[in-house]
Parts: sequence; structure tokens; C-alpha cells
Amino acid sequence: MTTHAGAVHVHEAPTGFFRKYIFSLDHKVIGKQYISLALFSAFVGMFLSLLMRLRLAWPAMKLPFFPDGILPEQYLALVTMHGTIMVFMVLTTAPQSGFGNYFLPIQIGAADMAFPVLNMLSFWTTFLSMVVLMGAFFVTGGAPLGGWTVYTPLSAIGEIAGPGQGLGMTMWVIAIALFCAASLMGAINFIATTLDLRTRGLSLMRMPLTAWSWFITAVISLLAFGVLLSGGILLLLDRTAGTSFFVPGNLVVTEKLIPHKGGSPILWQHLFWFFGHPEVYIAILPGMGLASHVLSTFSRKPIFGYRAMVFAMSAIAFLGFIVWGHHMFVSGMSPYVGMAFSVLTMSIGVPSAIKTFNWLGTLWGGDIKFTTPMLFALGFVSLFVSGGLSGLFLAQTSLDQYLHDTYFVVAHFHLIMGVAAIFGILTGTYFWFPKMFGRMMSEGLGKLHFWLSFVGVYAIFMPMHFIGLAGHPRRYADTSGAAYLQAMDPVHYFMTVAAFITVAAQFIFVANFFWSMFKGKKADINPWQATTLEWSIPSPPPHDNFAGQEPTVYRGAYEFAVPGVKDDYIEQHVPPEQVAKG
Amino acid sequence: MGFKKRNSGSAATATVLALLLLILTVSTVYYFVVQTWWFPPAINEIGKEIDRQFMRTLVITGVVFVLAQLGLAWAVFRYRSRGQRATYSHGNNAMEAVWTLATAVMFIGLGIYAQRAWAEVRFKPAPPEAMRIEVIGQQFKWSFRLSGPDGKFGKYKFEAHPEQEFTRDPWVLDPDDADGKDDIILGPGSVIAVPVNRPVELLIRSKDVTHSFFVRELRLKQDAVPGMTVPLQFTATVPGEYQVVCAELCGMGHHLMNTFLKVLSPEDYDKWLKDQTAE
Repeated sequence: MTTHAGAVHVHEAPTGFFRKYIFSLDHKVIGKQYISLALFSAFVGMFLSLLMRLRLAWPAMKLPFFPDGILPEQYLALVTMHGTIMVFMVLTTAPQSGFGNYFLPIQIGAADMAFPVLNMLSFWTTFLSMVVLMGAFFVTGGAPLGGWTVYTPLSAIGEIAGPGQGLGMTMWVIAIALFCAASLMGAINFIATTLDLRTRGLSLMRMPLTAWSWFITAVISLLAFGVLLSGGILLLLDRTAGTSFFVPGNLVVTEKLIPHKGGSPILWQHLFWFFGHPEVYIAILPGMGLASHVLSTFSRKPIFGYRAMVFAMSAIAFLGFIVWGHHMFVSGMSPYVGMAFSVLTMSIGVPSAIKTFNWLGTLWGGDIKFTTPMLFALGFVSLFVSGGLSGLFLAQTSLDQYLHDTYFVVAHFHLIMGVAAIFGILTGTYFWFPKMFGRMMSEGLGKLHFWLSFVGVYAIFMPMHFIGLAGHPRRYADTSGAAYLQAMDPVHYFMTVAAFITVAAQFIFVANFFWSMFKGKKADINPWQATTLEWSIPSPPPHDNFAGQEPTVYRGAYEFAVPGVKDDYIEQHVPPEQVAKG
Repeated sequence: MGFKKRNSGSAATATVLALLLLILTVSTVYYFVVQTWWFPPAINEIGKEIDRQFMRTLVITGVVFVLAQLGLAWAVFRYRSRGQRATYSHGNNAMEAVWTLATAVMFIGLGIYAQRAWAEVRFKPAPPEAMRIEVIGQQFKWSFRLSGPDGKFGKYKFEAHPEQEFTRDPWVLDPDDADGKDDIILGPGSVIAVPVNRPVELLIRSKDVTHSFFVRELRLKQDAVPGMTVPLQFTATVPGEYQVVCAELCGMGHHLMNTFLKVLSPEDYDKWLKDQTAE
């Protein structure tokens, strides 16, 4: 086993303001920076979704900054930016780069990440990416309208394709390329840290499932973001240098012949989804790891099937790379290829089911404590089941011919990749807040936040399945185009009201977060009576985590309710002879 | 410790969560049973087969959904903290093997079964007697072209126009190709008609960006991809007028890009065709 932890990168605690809080090399500060960026982005993304919901319910409604109501092209810009911000700046950033940065080194007994400077660069590149992305709102033509998938040629031929497809779209591509570069830096760092900096006694199969999920997610990121980066550069060349990777010849847009020739629109879709499908797992795997971790902790019971969980996450990561074509069944791709992708995609349901069964197995026979993080982890399981099962419809070629690009898809990916992953992030926040800030969050406000959010997200996204089944295409600015769509207006009203209530409930969380940071009850070292290494050091942890004393690990991460032991948990770092019998 | 005290009264929380999961399960099943918002009846054989495959999938996923959500609700309620000590268990390999195998057989089997309807539409060439219709997407209208009495489409000739300002549509047929002389062009915004019970092969293409041709009642959708011609076949068996919409984001007017597909009796179709050529 590698035991040279601590030998690498010992750096003194910085004293200046900039070194301490801005250009910090401390993984904990960088983790908090990522979490702050994600929190800000989540509110921007939610605000955009509220504007979308307003447009869908009342297309003509006049609003501040929208004197003529939200125009269809503005609606599409909202769609694009909501998706982009949520996927990249929230779902990729918070669970992996945020909590992963903060807790991976601590959970494996290291003083910091393997490459602290790379870590800092990674965050600031992400930050720059967000600045460029937000800038797209303020340039001539506004934000792009091609959706977060930016299909070509709509996104390759400039402003002739629509407002926002000019400078706004170029900024989008640059922002995403920056984001890819940042994620690659982060991925290398996570992989090196996990493999090289584990402390004495911490074999891979003793790692907490959270650490496993960050490690596997980093491997996925390394393989996926490189491809999106290449695709983004080619798209940028098509837009600015006159190349034709994604634009075929003889296109006539608004009576103008486009001077490109010889490219393939489907090539972009292949490159995009080769990244895009693994991206779904980048967003959800850390949530899976955390849900497993929290369910075990608050059931006071070892995780059911630890090895099966590791195997299932690895299988999901592997299969995630050979199923991208299920986004493209009706894209004009060969139908034989579609068939292969379809059957492979159905098989990814198997490791997902293994995880669900193991979560239920963990609860079974437990001693369940309903803390706020536990409620969100339970909500995660429910949402994962609901959102996962609709995937079994979409994975089938023949059914997807009908369901593709309808609201059924929107319901599916919002439940599983959107809200399930967000519930994972909230689980992490409530669970680790005491460690990060040394104070407890309010349980009362936390539970209220959970009840409203849990009911709210189902109220928003369950009805979407049904209008999807009724044939409502997604990315429609309103229902005025077809009579059968107008019949679904009442559902749009309902979802809009539900969205407003759910978003309002998120302010309870924000209030709780900031109030608790300063006024919350002081947290002990181990307020949840948990077993992993982060609960063996002060809350909040000192600059170098373990004060130069690297811990030794004696057992697996989930030793709860061990027979013959007094307490119902044994921490990983406690030597066997010090465990109280009883 | 404080942790235990805070959570001694877990009965209320457990009950509320279990009830919410129950309500979620019951209301979801209710809407799938009453079908307030649902797909319209299919007008082709493949559509009916797709509906059957949908129902097979719905039954299997429905059972899993109900068992998983209610299982979660039961576990939450039954194992709420009442001062007991949890069972010490790291899992059960036999159970892992059983549910891995069971879901693998069920999910992959379903996936393979789904390919029947797919192969029927996508693998087989259209029958020789099929009526061929070219479908052209452009921002934000559908156009169509019929091959006329000779049954052959004339070629396009893009090079006929220089690359500067155009005063008329540069998407034109080659004037030297005799096959194109009798082609019937139904310009942007036209309605398309087909005779009932006659095999039809659509040749779907796009003039500018990617669009998607979608008719609910046919249960079919196909992207119109610039630079490609993608075939799609069907035989409509129920006369009527069906909405065609665009299902792939194509720009600011995406939501208004629609027309109708008319399925007509042979007599009505001939009359419709005569009206088109008269114009």
C-alpha cells in the first residue's frame, strides 16, 4: 500500500487575505469556493426556470425587462442558459468539485489534494467560464437559443440562424471549453489524490463510498470532458475560421446560401453525447455515493453490499460510455447502430437496480434516525427510482420514436439528473455543514425545507410525463401552434404554480444556511456519531486537517451496530484495543 | 449525546414520509390508469404494436415503481428509531445475485423485444408500390414534393445560382433533368395528403437546420437532417386530419412549425391531387 501521505506538498497556513480566501491552495477553501459558485448558479438557474414557467403559463404577461412579454427567442435563450448553468455550474460543480474537494482528502487521511496549485487553477478557470457564460446575456443578440445541446448547424452558422446565435453563441462555446479544461485539471487531481495519498491502513475497499464515487466520477470526467473540449474547439473553428466540421454544403438559411461544405451535423451529436451521456453520471454518481453513506450512517447499520455498490458504480461508469447513441435514435443515425445502443442502454438499468435494492437492504432492520440529511437521502432514493424507470421507456428504439424530444424526456432527466442530484447536494450540505462551519443547521427549518421540496419537485415534474405521453414537444415557447397542445394548458398552469412554491421554499434553506453559519448551535467533533475520518478532527478542521499526525485506519467505513461493542458505531481510526466492549 | 435526544420522537416524521410516498404512488398509478393525458389512437399497424410494447414496459416498470416506493415507505415506518439496535449485516451475496440476474433478464429482454417494431419500420425497405413523398423542413415551415405521373423525382441544382443576394428561392430543380418536369412542389406551409391503406415512404430532408417530422397518431418521428435524406415508411389505415409538428429545436419559430397530414379515401385523394396540380 502507498503510505507516503503527508510527504507531499506540506504548505504553511497562509496569512494574507488573498492567499487565504481568494487564491487559496487549501482544498477546503477551494471546496467552499466551488460550493459558493454552485449555490449562486443554482439560484440563477432557478430564476431562469421561473421565467420559463411564466412564459409557458401566460405567454403575453408583461414583466420588468420584458415590456412585450417574454418573446419566443428569449424563451429559448432561457432554455439554453438554464440547462447550461444547471448542468455545468451546479450539477458538475457542487457534488464533485465542491464536496469532493473539501472531503476527499480528509476522508482518506491526507493533508490536501495531490496538486494544490492545479486545484486553485481549476477553480478559477471554472469561475472565468461562468463569467464568460453569463456575459452572453449582455452582448448584442443576447444569449444563444440552441438549447444546452447546441445542435449544429443551428449553432454553427452564426446570427443568420437566429438572435443569440452570433456573439452570444461564440461566448457559450468559449465558456464551455474553459469549463472542460477546468474539469480535466480537477479530474487528474482527484485521481492522483485517491490513488497516492491514502493514509496507513486505508485500502481501496475500506474507502467510504463517497470517496469511491468521487474517484469514479473523476475517471469519467477525464475521459468525457476531453471529447467535449475537442468538439467545442471544432465548433468554434466552424463559427470563426470558416471550417466545415459540422455544416454540410448547400444549406439555404433565410434565402442565403451558406458557404460551408462537406461537414456532418450528426458528427456534432456524436461528439456531444459521447460527453453528454457520461455527464449524467458525473452529476449523479457523487449523489449515489453520498446517499449510500448517509443512509448507512442514520440507519445505524453497515451499508448493504459494499462490494456490490462499488461494482455497480464502476459498471455504470463503464456502460455510460457505450450508450450515448440512445440520444440519437431518430437523428438519422443508422437504425442498426440504434438497435445496439438500445439494448446496451437497457443493461445500464441493472447496476442502477442493484444500487436501489442495496439502499433498501441498508434500511431494512435499521434503527433509522430522521435527521434532515437522512430525509434528503431518502428523497434521493425515491426520486432516483421514479426518474430511473422512465429511462426504460426512452431506451427502447421503438418507443423513443414517439417519446423523443417530448416532455416525457424533460420529466425523466429532471427527476433523475436534476432533482435527484440536487437532493444529493442538499444531503451533503445538511450532513457536512457542522464539519465545515463548526455549527449545526436548524433541524426544524431543514425538515420544513425537505417537506416542501419533496412534494414540490414531484408536483412540478410528475405531470410532465403525461403531457409528454400526449405528444407535447419540448422547447416550445407556448402551445399556440397546435390545438392538441392547447388542451394541455391547465397542466402548464399547475406546474408553474408548483414551481413558484418550490423555489420559494429554497429561501428557507438559504436563511437556515446563513443563519446557522453564525448563530447555529456549536457542533461537536462528531455530531452524527459517524465513522469516517472527517469526524475525527475538529469542526471546522484546521489548515492541514490532521495537524501533521496522519491517522491510521483499522477497518471499513460502515461499522455500525457491531455485536459486542458498547456504542453502535466504531470509527475507522480507533485502534481495536480502544473499542469499548459492552 | 444530543444526537439521540433530537431524534427520539421519530414516529411523526416516519409516518408523514411513509404517507407522502404512498400518496405519490397512488396518484401516479391513478393518472396512468385514467389516462387523462395520453396518446391519441394509433392509425397504423406499427403504431398499435408500439402501443403494446409501451403497455408491456408500463406494467413491468409500474410493478417495480410500486414495490420500490412502497418498500421504501414500509422500511421508513417499520425501522424508525425506537431505541432498538440495528441488525449487523454487510449484505447477502445470494440476494445480490438474484436481483442482478432478475433485472438483467427483465430489462434486457424488454429491450430486445422492443426492436421488433423498430426493425419493421427502419430495417425493411419500403414496398415497391409505396408512394414516395419528399418532406423538406426549413425555418419554420414544412414543404413537400410529389414525383408526379412518372414516379421519379428530378435532381436539385444548387450551382445554378451565384453565392450573392438571392431574389428567389435558390433551392431549385435542375432544369435539364426531365424527371423533374412533372414534379409537384407543395411550397412552404402546405398541407400534405396520402391515400388511406397505401404504403407511403417519406424522404425527409432539410434546407437549413435540423428539424424533426412528428405525427403523434403514426407514433413516428424522424429528424430532418441537412445534407441527408432519411427514409421513413408508414401505411395509414384511418382517414382523418392529423397534426404534423416539428420536434427538434430549429430556432425562434420552432413552436409554430406545423402543418397537417390528411389521410384520404382514394376518391378524395385524387380530387386533392387534382387541386394541387391546378394551382
